[in-house]
Order: sequence, then C-alpha cells, then structure tokens
Amino acid sequence: MRVVICEDLFLLRDGLTRMLQAHGLQIAAAVDNGADLLAAVAKDRPDVAIVDVRLPPTFTDEGIRAALAARREVPGLPVLVLSQYVEQLYARELLASGSGGIGYLLKDRVFDSGQFVDAVRRVAAGGTAMDPEVIARLLARNAGDGTLAALSPREREVLAVMAEGRSNAAIAQRLVITERAVAKHTASIFGKLDLQPSDDDNRRVLAVLAYLGG
Amino acid sequence: MAVLVPTRRGTPRLGLGAGLLAAARGLAFTGLMLAGLGLLLVILAAVLLTALGVAMLIIGNGNPLFRVVVALLLGVPGLGIGLFLAPGALLAVRRLTGLTRRLAGRWCGVPIAEPRYSPPPRQGRLGYTERLRWLIKDPATRRDLLWITVNLVAAWVLAATSAVVIGVGLIAFIGPELIKTIPPPAFPGNSAGTLIVLGLAIISAGVLAAPWLLRGYGLLAGAVLRPAGHAELEQRVRQLTQTRTEALDTGAAEIRRIERDLHDGAQARLVAMGMTLDAAGQIIDTNPEAARALLYEARDASVKALAELRDLVRGIHPPVLADRGLADALQALALDSPMRIHLASDLEGRPPAPVESAAYFAVSELLANVSKHAAARQTWVDIRHTDGMLRIGVTDDGHGGADPARGTGLRGIERRLAAFDGVLAISSPPGGPTAVTMEIPCALSSAKTSSC
Repeated sequence: MRVVICEDLFLLRDGLTRMLQAHGLQIAAAVDNGADLLAAVAKDRPDVAIVDVRLPPTFTDEGIRAALAARREVPGLPVLVLSQYVEQLYARELLASGSGGIGYLLKDRVFDSGQFVDAVRRVAAGGTAMDPEVIARLLARNAGDGTLAALSPREREVLAVMAEGRSNAAIAQRLVITERAVAKHTASIFGKLDLQPSDDDNRRVLAVLAYLGG
Repeated sequence: MAVLVPTRRGTPRLGLGAGLLAAARGLAFTGLMLAGLGLLLVILAAVLLTALGVAMLIIGNGNPLFRVVVALLLGVPGLGIGLFLAPGALLAVRRLTGLTRRLAGRWCGVPIAEPRYSPPPRQGRLGYTERLRWLIKDPATRRDLLWITVNLVAAWVLAATSAVVIGVGLIAFIGPELIKTIPPPAFPGNSAGTLIVLGLAIISAGVLAAPWLLRGYGLLAGAVLRPAGHAELEQRVRQLTQTRTEALDTGAAEIRRIERDLHDGAQARLVAMGMTLDAAGQIIDTNPEAARALLYEARDASVKALAELRDLVRGIHPPVLADRGLADALQALALDSPMRIHLASDLEGRPPAPVESAAYFAVSELLANVSKHAAARQTWVDIRHTDGMLRIGVTDDGHGGADPARGTGLRGIERRLAAFDGVLAISSPPGGPTAVTMEIPCALSSAKTSSC
C-alpha cells in the first residue's frame, strides 16, 4: 500500500514515515505543504494521503483545503486528515467532499500504532475513520433527540463505535461481544432510527453520520 | 444677544396656528421651569433653611433660648430634608433637562445632544455620600443646574411672554367687549373700536413673535445644555481610562488563569510521565511486563495532557476562529451545541482579530446563558456589518426575564465590549422572547487578506 504524507513538522513527518514503514506500508512521498501534496498526489497516485490540518503558509486550515483540493483533482482519493483538535464543521466538509475513503482523526491517535494503521488501511480501502471525539460531540449534540433516547445503552455504544467507521467484527472486538450480538443491535438501531439497513459497512456508517449530523 | 438670532435651522413657521402653538409650547416650557424651581428648592433646602436658622440665632431679638429653639427647628429638618432628598432631586433634574433637550429639538428646531453622564463609580448599590459625590462631580450635572437657574428668568422672558401678551390682548382689550363684567383698561380714548383694534394688534404681535421667541428660548437652552466640546473630551478620556484599566485587568486575569491551568494540568502530567518512564527504565530488564504496563500508562498520560492543552487552547482562541473567522467559528459552536441555533451572517471580510475574539466569546457566553436559563427551543444568531458597525443579534424563544443587573455574565460581556467602544442592549420581557444586540464599531479587512 502506497501512502503520501503531508506534515510540516519534521519530527512528526519522520515519526509517521517510520511507523507506517514498520507496519509494511510504502511511503510514496513525504511533503510539508499543500502545493507539494497536490503535486505528489497527481504524480504518485497513492492509495491514501495522510494530511495535517495546519500547514504553511497560513498555518490555519490549509490541510483541510489541500485535502479537499486533492479530492477534486483525483476524484475518490482516500484522505486521512490529522489534527491537534477536531471540529464537526471540518468533519462535515470532509464527508461532503465526494466519494472515496475519508478519515479525520486527532493526532493523539498515532500513539496507538496498531489502531492507527488499521484506520489508514480502512480509509485506503474506501472506508471511514471518524475520531471518537467527533462522534462523542455528535452524540452529545443529539442528546435531546427522542429517537436516540429510545436506544438502549448498549445500542448507543454500538452506534458510537459504528459511527467511527468500524465493521461489525471490529465493534464486536471493541465491546467484547459476539458479532452476532452486534448484528442484532445494529438491526435494532437501524429500525429505531428508521434508516435503510445495508450490508455495505461504509454505506451504513455514512447513513449513521448523516443521521447524527442532521 | 447673538444666540437669539434664529438662523440655525431656517426661519420658524409663521401664521396664526403656528403662533398659537408656539405660545402654548412656551407655556409648557414655563411649566417645566416651575418644576425645576421646585427641585432647586429641594436641593437648596438644607442651605436655605440652615442659613435662615443661623440668621435667626444671630440677628433675631427676644429670648435667646427661644431663638436657639427656632434655629434648631429650622436648621435640623432643613439639613435633614435637603441631604436626604438631594440625590433624588439631582436625578430628577436630569430627567427634566433631558425632557427639555428633546422638546427643544422637536418644538424649537434646536436639537441638543444628550450629554454622556459619567457612569456610577462601581457596580452595585452606592452609599449616600458616594452617590452624591458621583452626581455633583459630573460636569453635565453642573450644566443641568446652571440651566435650571438660568431658566428661572429665561422661561418668563422668552417662553411665557407670547402667551402672556396674547392673553393680555384677549382678556384686557377684547374681553370687555364680550363679557361685560370685565372692566375696560383705564386710559383716555378707550372706546370700543380702539380697544378692539389695539387688542387685535397686541394679539397679532404675540402670535407673530411666539415662534421667534420659542426659537430663541431653544437656542439659549442649547447654549447652556449642549455638552461642551472639552467636557465631552474629558468624558471620553475618563471612559477610555476606565475601559483600558478593565481590559488590562481582564487580560492579566486571563494570563494568570492560563498559567495556573498549565501548571496544574499539562506540566504536572509531563512530570508524572517522566517519572513513570524512569520507573519503566529501572525495571525493564527484571520485569518487562510491568515495564510495558508503565509505558502504556505514560502514553495514556500524554493523551490526557494533550486533551487538556486542547481545551485550554479552545478557551484562549478557538482554532476555527483563527482558521476561518467569526461566522464559521460560531457555526462550529452551533454544531457542538444541543440547542437549535440558526446562524445568519453577511460578513464579507474579517473584523480585527481582537474584535473577532471578543465577539466570539460574547456570543458563546450568551448562548451558554440561553441554554442554562432560557429554556428556549430555538436561538437565532444574526451577524452583519453596516455603516462601520459590527452588529450581532442573539434572539431566543425562551421565557425571557433576563436582567443584566442580576447576573454578572451580561455585565462582564458589556465591560469587555466597552474596551472596543462596543455596546450591548437587551430586551427580555417576562415570557420572552429575549433579544440581545451587540454593536462594535470596526472596519472589515477584505476576505482575501484575512487568512494571513
């Protein structure tokens, strides 16, 4: 799997490169600004681009804009955006930026390299990786929603992990329950929220995110 | 008197109706003068009655004991009443001159700006002397008192004259012809015809003069009551000094809070992490399992430290505000809120960073208030920039009854906006809705340069 990394801080760029290589991923390019990212994406056609939000020259939301531009230039390009903070506003923009895997994670998530690489692979395969903090805030925002209140505590847990972009197997592993139980909860959740059930993991995730983002 | 030349705003309207109206308005001004006289007497009661008492004591004759008693009877209640009522009377004088200013604009065509009275020296209930000193030290109060005094003469000479002249013409000259009980004026040749001609002439003179006299009265009122330039400057300097001090205090308090948060939060966690890592190093050969547990513990501590730093940064300057500006930052805030918030913005550029930040935190605090107190179903935030003024409205459909005097929150917002000459107005009748409007004068930078 070939990855382009865009991160302006040398230490983090270097660390990411080494960690991904250690997990058998190939680094096609490691750049430090948005313009170089666009060039690298066009030239190397990676399986996934990992982009930091704060980049030169403005050190504001350059990374988000570069990610959106890259997806316009290479439709369907999987992009994983890393940030010191997560904002629902940016999560929405990324989710709305067309097809192809999308990820939006706090930088802290790289501390757990196993989980992080899992997220990278998921996004590269066209899936979704939303930071638990984004999901937590989405759920908090919808706390007053009567329909969500009708979910059982376990169902809410399943919903939260599913919204991060996880498959049934991953949800089962995280919550220490069987896959069969997860499937049962999922069916119940989709029934209560009046969502169209789907076998496609990612379509399911997007439906849940759309419901929560209302 | 140069001020009497009515040139400021064209000539007054002439004619029978206009003249009679002007005369009537002059009488109304005279009524205000009498009210002013009453207030003046209340304010001076202490001085007058005490002086009278002392005079009795010194120059009166008769039984010395009797004189002492009379002096005390006059002086003690005089002092008491005067001192007790003086602050209230001074405030009433403000109302009275405020009314005079407004009426001068409407009736005399002489608009007079409302002076900026100095604000109370501090929040909360003022003590008696504090209150009196605050009122008396204000130059605008002194101008008000000067006007009340000048008015004692001016109202008679300028405001009441036309009505009096018309009245004399009507009653003394025309009256005897209509009502036989009124005796005709006694002068040679006072035949009925002469009286009527003279009466009509006098009334005409009154009617013709009335608008001019009223205008003159207004100009005189303007000359006395209009805030003087240097007084306004003094006022401005005082206000700037105060808001600057408050801004500096707020800034210093913020920095102390940040320092404390860093010290108790991220710094402490880093120290603990260092110690945990050291412990892991000590036992890594003898007990690799325990060492691994310690390493994970250190990793978790670093995650917590990062989370704390994130919260801290959000409190100092929210990242979206830096990235995208006020409208998007408030949009992000709305997205995080469980309330239904409708945001509308017509900003085409960005206000200066400090204004942006003050406006953001003001709205953020108002929204927090709404969610805490108002029990609102929906909230509307409206941001626009017109005539060099950033206007933000926050309206909710909650139960209203928000009182800036009760909570410190609204006061705090008001104080922080004041540093930018911004103001906050609130309308919150019981039963709602509550509408808060903030205005901050500022220019927008163009959207293109805003990201630098």
